Amino acid sequence: MSEEQIKNLEEQFEARIARDEKIEPKDWMPEKYRQTHIRQMSQHAHSEIVGMLPEGNWITRAPSLRRKVALLAKVQDEAGHGLYLYSATETLGISRDEMYEQLHTGKAKYSSIFNYPALTWADMGAIGWLVDGAAIINQVPLCNTSFGPYARAMIRVCKEESFHQRQGYEIMLKLCNGTPEQKEMAQDALNRWWWPSLMMLGPTDAESIHTEQSMKWKLKRKSNDDLRQQFIDQTVPQADILGLTIPDPDLKWNEERGCYDFGEIDWDEFWQVVKGHGPMNKERMKARVGAWERGEWVRDAAMAYAEKQGERKAKQVV
Amino acid sequence: MSTKNWPLWEIFVRSKNGLEHRHFGSLHAADAEMALENARDVYTRRNEGVSIWVVESKHITASNPEHNGEMFEPAQDKVYRHPTFYDLPDEIKHM
Ligand SMILES: [Fe+2]
Ligand SMILES: [Fe+2]
Repeated sequence: MSEEQIKNLEEQFEARIARDEKIEPKDWMPEKYRQTHIRQMSQHAHSEIVGMLPEGNWITRAPSLRRKVALLAKVQDEAGHGLYLYSATETLGISRDEMYEQLHTGKAKYSSIFNYPALTWADMGAIGWLVDGAAIINQVPLCNTSFGPYARAMIRVCKEESFHQRQGYEIMLKLCNGTPEQKEMAQDALNRWWWPSLMMLGPTDAESIHTEQSMKWKLKRKSNDDLRQQFIDQTVPQADILGLTIPDPDLKWNEERGCYDFGEIDWDEFWQVVKGHGPMNKERMKARVGAWERGEWVRDAAMAYAEKQGERKAKQVV
Repeated sequence: MSTKNWPLWEIFVRSKNGLEHRHFGSLHAADAEMALENARDVYTRRNEGVSIWVVESKHITASNPEHNGEMFEPAQDKVYRHPTFYDLPDEIKHM
């Protein structure tokens, strides 16, 4: 194809997206669109999968059967989210194995929030409330994104997320209405998860490199800072109902702006965690790679069995 | 490294009797039976289905969007296939 032809196709392509048309896997697309989507969607899938680890760790220690079935169902949902997203990404021509390879070798990133440890039961409450809360804010606009398979996966994901947040908030509520020690546990969890949750909405607009292109392709509809403000404004009243204090002395309602002012985010910490120096980066990857390696004989055995069954069937036909 | 990867399957779910099976997504499984079981867990955790079809992706032949012109345009100028093409007096009822 000549440069002229490609430029023409690109213009038509951008116009289709501007008209709110969806792009489907076999449609022509600019290489950059394909690569950007493979990167964002696979990282999203990896986040769902690694995101199971901090919570999976607490399933056997849930304080009641009610909490246990809820947490188990929530973690199972996250596995499902990962699978919807991996298969949607595969439609762009990358194989599942390549994606796993990128995750396991550290080439692909996942949400940095999962590199923090879940130390007490209250963390199950704080994660559902704050981490899934921030995830919902990130994900709802993606239900309208331009790439069809991604948008469809996000619609399913968003339907399931609201239970995640509600079960987390209910855990916090129970602890806050419990003994002073239980309430203290809830406060401690909020203290540790608040700032990482704010960071989860991404670097400040000034530092964010992909925003303009992502806006055009509807991979983003609001800037990171706007999403963060939205998260803070909706979460502060929820903390008030719990009787908990947000660990930010600068947090204050701004009458004029009609939203909360908040303190400086420690972006050094954020970039350290992204670069692999968070408290749990090594642990998470070890768990992930270990599970993959320990499962290899199962995958091979299932495949050998399937092949044998197939051969047997073929013989019967003859 | 595994010698062979599990193939990809396309999953179709009938959400309730009276409705058609609809494409829900895809997943990897060693064989059809496992694809059905995995589809149950991945796509119907909340009563989204009463029946599942699985088809190995390699068996699907898809039309090429680049040929959409010759494929679908011929239907565009056949307005006579639609009821509104026919001029009838207003007095005619039930038609
Ligand atoms: Fe999720
Ligand atoms: Fe979730």
